[in-house]
Amino acid sequence: MLFWVQALVKVGIIVGILAQVGAILLWVERKQSAMMQDRMGPNRAFIPLFGRKIRAAGLIHSIADGIKMVWKEDWRPPKADKWLYAAAPIISIVPPLCLFAVIPFGPTLHLNHLREMYQASWTAEAGARVVPLQIADLDVGILFIFAVAGAGVIGAALAGWSSDNKFSLLGGLRAASQMVSYEVAMGLSLVGAFMVYQSPRIGEMVDWQVDHVWGIFAQPLAFVLFATAAIAETKRVPFDVPEGESEVVAGYFTEYSGLKFGMFAAGELVEVCTAGAILTTVFLGGWHMPFLTQRGVEVMISAGRALDPEVVSAFVAQHGDKMVGFDAAAELAQQHAVTARDLLTHCGSSFAHLGTSFVWHWPHWAVVAVGAGNFLLKVLLLVFLQLQIRWTLPRFRYDQIMKLGWRVLLPAALVNVLATGTILLFLQAGRA
Amino acid sequence: MTARTKVMKKPLRTLGDQSYLVELVKGLGLTLKHFFKGTQQMVANSYANPAEDPFAEGIATLEYPEVKRAYPERWRGVHRLTHREDGSPRCVACLCCSTACPAQCIYIKPAEYPAGDKRRGYERFPEEFVIDELRCIFCGYCVEACPCDAIRMDTGMHMTALDNRASFIFDKEKLMSIPSQHGEFKSENPRHEPGDPSHPGIDRLRGH
Repeated sequence: MLFWVQALVKVGIIVGILAQVGAILLWVERKQSAMMQDRMGPNRAFIPLFGRKIRAAGLIHSIADGIKMVWKEDWRPPKADKWLYAAAPIISIVPPLCLFAVIPFGPTLHLNHLREMYQASWTAEAGARVVPLQIADLDVGILFIFAVAGAGVIGAALAGWSSDNKFSLLGGLRAASQMVSYEVAMGLSLVGAFMVYQSPRIGEMVDWQVDHVWGIFAQPLAFVLFATAAIAETKRVPFDVPEGESEVVAGYFTEYSGLKFGMFAAGELVEVCTAGAILTTVFLGGWHMPFLTQRGVEVMISAGRALDPEVVSAFVAQHGDKMVGFDAAAELAQQHAVTARDLLTHCGSSFAHLGTSFVWHWPHWAVVAVGAGNFLLKVLLLVFLQLQIRWTLPRFRYDQIMKLGWRVLLPAALVNVLATGTILLFLQAGRA
Repeated sequence: MTARTKVMKKPLRTLGDQSYLVELVKGLGLTLKHFFKGTQQMVANSYANPAEDPFAEGIATLEYPEVKRAYPERWRGVHRLTHREDGSPRCVACLCCSTACPAQCIYIKPAEYPAGDKRRGYERFPEEFVIDELRCIFCGYCVEACPCDAIRMDTGMHMTALDNRASFIFDKEKLMSIPSQHGEFKSENPRHEPGDPSHPGIDRLRGH
């Protein structure tokens, strides 16, 4: 029962947020491009309220756009394929929405222990009410992302084909060829990451990064390759040949108007968000922030080491759960040749400052909340970066895109796999 | 004489150019600089008026209907008919402007002053003075042709968009109701009525 309730709540939250993404990113995109180009950006539309004009810094324009799209004539070319023409926008907006099902947006929530400090033993408890902040933790994980992201191209291709328009068809073909090309580089660039994380499960990928180091430092080349491929997958400038208006009018959605066009536009913006979320999860440590652990903030200059259980019990017997004074803890730590981190972790003290380490333990709920906030912040930063790139670079030529995909990204991804494999092999040999 | 040729070295693309990443970061740096400058100005709501300072850094938007760029003093706008001291039009219905008009958009119906008026026999007055502003090409020949400084284009207004053609036919009252850029209905040039000592022309009382 809990499973279904929590699944529904999580789906509700994610879809609720993503439904706003189209409108808000539309505003962000307009305002950001305006700021970059020394313009004011949208600021005219307003809602009259008690004799005042509510302009909300241009956000009303998104509402106005929505209203416009709803009331526009929904025109269909007479010879268009009726069903496919109507299905194409839906097919192109659903995959980016689906992708969020496997993205973990925070650390696992333990409902029984909201006010306590995190203990690793909670997971093993009988009757534990555990809520992973992820709609579905699939075993295939990242492969699901590839499969669904690849399905997005069907929408563009179908739209191009069913519109009964040569420019649409050209746009659809361009979209298909571009996405297929970059799909290859995208998949191969992540193989190196799997090898490091040793799991395709996305939750485990994040856990690995929390325990070790962010993926961007473990796999810097893969990050650049994947980011490039992901931006190409969104079909936006500089990779927007499928809709290059100076060449093929508006590409595959030339014939679309009203809400159907709006779905293509919103799908594109959701895709930007999805690309940001995947990059965050796989390369930027998901919900993790430096010095934030499941227990709270821990800044350790000295590395912790395993404790002798007898020492722990002796320490707990002496001090119990009380706040540990600096002198007592430091003295004891020295006495038993252990670090302060281990002592504090095991005795449950909530706040202490010891020598070269700073420890500030939070209750579980606070860690989860800050983690989810972190995830959102990182996604927003990546979305900002993508929009910045979109308004900085000019469009690549079609042959340049193909060259970049097949002759630069693909070989670089293969080299990355080879190099990662070699290093991992040496590391394993060193350990054995 | 042999032509001397200077062999130019072909600018080679460095590894940085070739990899594209370095140039990408440079470009992003430039746009980010503008972004932060613009955002700072928008949040502080203080940015230069480009009409006053066209070379200012940051946002260069002129918020048009609220903020307007001043037109030059001699810019030709919508016509106006200047007034005399008594509020009647300065126009003497000489038909110079309608004759000069290449678009033939001015219609004047001249009339004589009634008997006993001291201007009778010297001047006429326009009973009707109509300008079709849709036909007008704003060349300013009418202003050049006018010997009495009666028609001017110094209103600083461009033609407003109106919703029907009839509204563009400006009659005498309409033309006289438009002030100059500086809000005046008269002309700066002094007007010498017939009978005044300063009247330069032929005078019935003073003779030649």
